[in-house]
Amino acid sequence: MSGTVLFRRGRVIDPRNGVDGVRDVLVKDGKVAEVSVAPLPVPPGAEVVEAEGHWVLPGFIDLHVHLREPGEEGKETVLTGCRAAVAGGFTAVVAMPNTKVVNDSGLVTELVLSRARAANLCHVYPAGAITKGLKGEELAETGELVSAGCVAITDDGRPVMSAALMRRALQYATLFGVPVMVHEEDLTLSAGGAMHEGPTATRLGLRGIPASAEVAMVARDLVLLEETGGRLHIAHVSCEGSVRLIREAKRRGLNVTAEATPHHVILDDRAVGDYDTHAKMAPPLRADRDVEALREALADGTVDAIATDHAPHGVLDKQVEFEKGINGIIGLETALGLTLELVHGGVLTEKRAVELLSHGPAKAFGLPGGHLAPGAPGDVTVVNPNEEWTVEVHRFYSRSRNTPFHGRRQKGRVVQTWVSGRKVYADGQVKESR
Amino acid sequence: MRHLLGIEGWRRDELEALLDRARVHLPGGPDVTHTLRGKVVANLFFEDSTRTRTSFHMAARGLGAGVLNWSSSGSSTSKGETLLDTARNIEATGPVAIVMRHKSSGAPHLVAKHVRCAVINAGDGTHEHPSQALLDAFTLRQRWGSLEGRTVLIVGDILHSRVARSNLWCLKALGARVVFCGPPTLLPTGLESLGAEVTSNLDAVLPQADAVMCLRLQLERMGEAFLPSTKEYSRLFGLNAAREERMKPGALVMHPGPINRGLELAPSVADGPRSVILEQVSNGVAVRRAILEVCTS
Ligand SMILES: [Zn+2]
Repeated sequence: MSGTVLFRRGRVIDPRNGVDGVRDVLVKDGKVAEVSVAPLPVPPGAEVVEAEGHWVLPGFIDLHVHLREPGEEGKETVLTGCRAAVAGGFTAVVAMPNTKVVNDSGLVTELVLSRARAANLCHVYPAGAITKGLKGEELAETGELVSAGCVAITDDGRPVMSAALMRRALQYATLFGVPVMVHEEDLTLSAGGAMHEGPTATRLGLRGIPASAEVAMVARDLVLLEETGGRLHIAHVSCEGSVRLIREAKRRGLNVTAEATPHHVILDDRAVGDYDTHAKMAPPLRADRDVEALREALADGTVDAIATDHAPHGVLDKQVEFEKGINGIIGLETALGLTLELVHGGVLTEKRAVELLSHGPAKAFGLPGGHLAPGAPGDVTVVNPNEEWTVEVHRFYSRSRNTPFHGRRQKGRVVQTWVSGRKVYADGQVKESR
Repeated sequence: MRHLLGIEGWRRDELEALLDRARVHLPGGPDVTHTLRGKVVANLFFEDSTRTRTSFHMAARGLGAGVLNWSSSGSSTSKGETLLDTARNIEATGPVAIVMRHKSSGAPHLVAKHVRCAVINAGDGTHEHPSQALLDAFTLRQRWGSLEGRTVLIVGDILHSRVARSNLWCLKALGARVVFCGPPTLLPTGLESLGAEVTSNLDAVLPQADAVMCLRLQLERMGEAFLPSTKEYSRLFGLNAAREERMKPGALVMHPGPINRGLELAPSVADGPRSVILEQVSNGVAVRRAILEVCTS
């Protein structure tokens, strides 16, 4: 059970509540009890965290994580994924349903939740499938999924190609108020493609995936959203055209949110280099002007959240011909460092960076947390903004190693993670209590 | 030891040294030299190509090497063995070089990262076909002496052509101007940023060319509706007798073969006085001997 914790003299950045300054934060019974400008007395039996020189932040929330359980436990499990999450400063993750028994029923949702309870590290919010078996043919039972604990529905990894079915999914989901999260890819335009269509693909002789494969679907779904109502969340936005459409839709008051991954904002298609499968993902890394547009969209609020699309894969999935390489990279343990690169580069303010990792995602999916006002969950991430470190994949808690960022220098590091007032990560160690 | 994964990245002096070396191996020179005596060259062909495989085979034999021929038909790759497993097994037999043809772009790059012998790309997907470009450049040098300031027009399915990419790097490094011409659906984006000029108007550029290289139309890809019909392609982009007449005096006609006769190239042009197509083929062995020498030395 969690006790009482006092975070002393840290810089609290809490964008939702307009706080940015040195504060004491008292967490009691798993919730934030007090946030104070003046030093607070240490309650009897309280653990004290001397946070001077550190940032005390609302725990990070990742809307897009693949935990691979059930079915691909060799790549990741709910437990190892939760370890990676807390090591990366995340106190909550949304688990994608494209596991090797698809989460399209309450039974699978309950299994994931029971594994999460057993892991007892961070909050795990399952997302259920939009369609049965992710086949894009019939709606899965959204009601059952939501009552079992799903916070969103998505066929992530695949688009819903049928416009008629997508229209019904949006309509039907209004019954439950959950967001419909979409992976935007017109498969007829992306067919055979291995990377972004552009000079690098041409140089490498790889079939390109044009930006229109994403933008056309974003346009379609915004049109459907306008007609049906409901909530649309666009996963891993990757290109300028999508950003423009989302910005305009928001201006007109449509209920749309969007996320971007750190890798799409840090790297462009040139990262493929000479066929590096660690730079292979869907959507693909795009052109530099797309990266520029995404950065603007993160800064101006068009994109609501940074989400990692943490996608664990084995070595053999990546040590193959580029065209055969499986899409995706892991992201939980590199997210903060990469986001801070944007701060150091003048793209984001510190406050906006924190918002994109906490309040932004909480608000998009209506999740608890994401801020530190009294009564909020005692989910806290402590960051040393000045610590310089090097990304080393063999130190990751994730069961997989697929990242293009091995060896990258970072400034700013998660030093402690607290979930519901309990210390789950500190001094480079995950603290298990199962 | 060095790899030949593509022409991209090779400097002009390195290419010229290799092409100079190839002259030693022209007919009239020694039948067999002993540069690779007692050594083994492995031919690792995941995709059928009798021409290229035979040419490399003859080149290796001509240097005194033994040749290990491996092709994927009916072999372990169809049983789930990975490319790297296969390459490592071949490497274990101790070759000085692996000559490799594969349908995936970048496959030789993957192998090169995991083996110690030289890897020579004999064509990877739609990426590069460096030995073809070198023999094309060798053929042009034979005719012209130097490529400096010459214009080479490459016509056809640029999108799927590994020959086109290798020739772009090779010809440009040797001082030529390269113009690509084909229907917009078969021109990949961003060619200009790689240093090529691009057009879909064959008749406008034809008179500028010192050599016209017609590419084989990959009929197996026509199912993907890149073109309405071969007939229309032939009308718009085929090098026929009427077009040949508008070429510069002395301008050359090339083709990497095999030709779809009457489609990309009229028979009268393919067999006509401008054609250097058979010289390309016979230069192939000499150039590949030089490649094997340079990569294994
Ligand atoms: Zn995903």
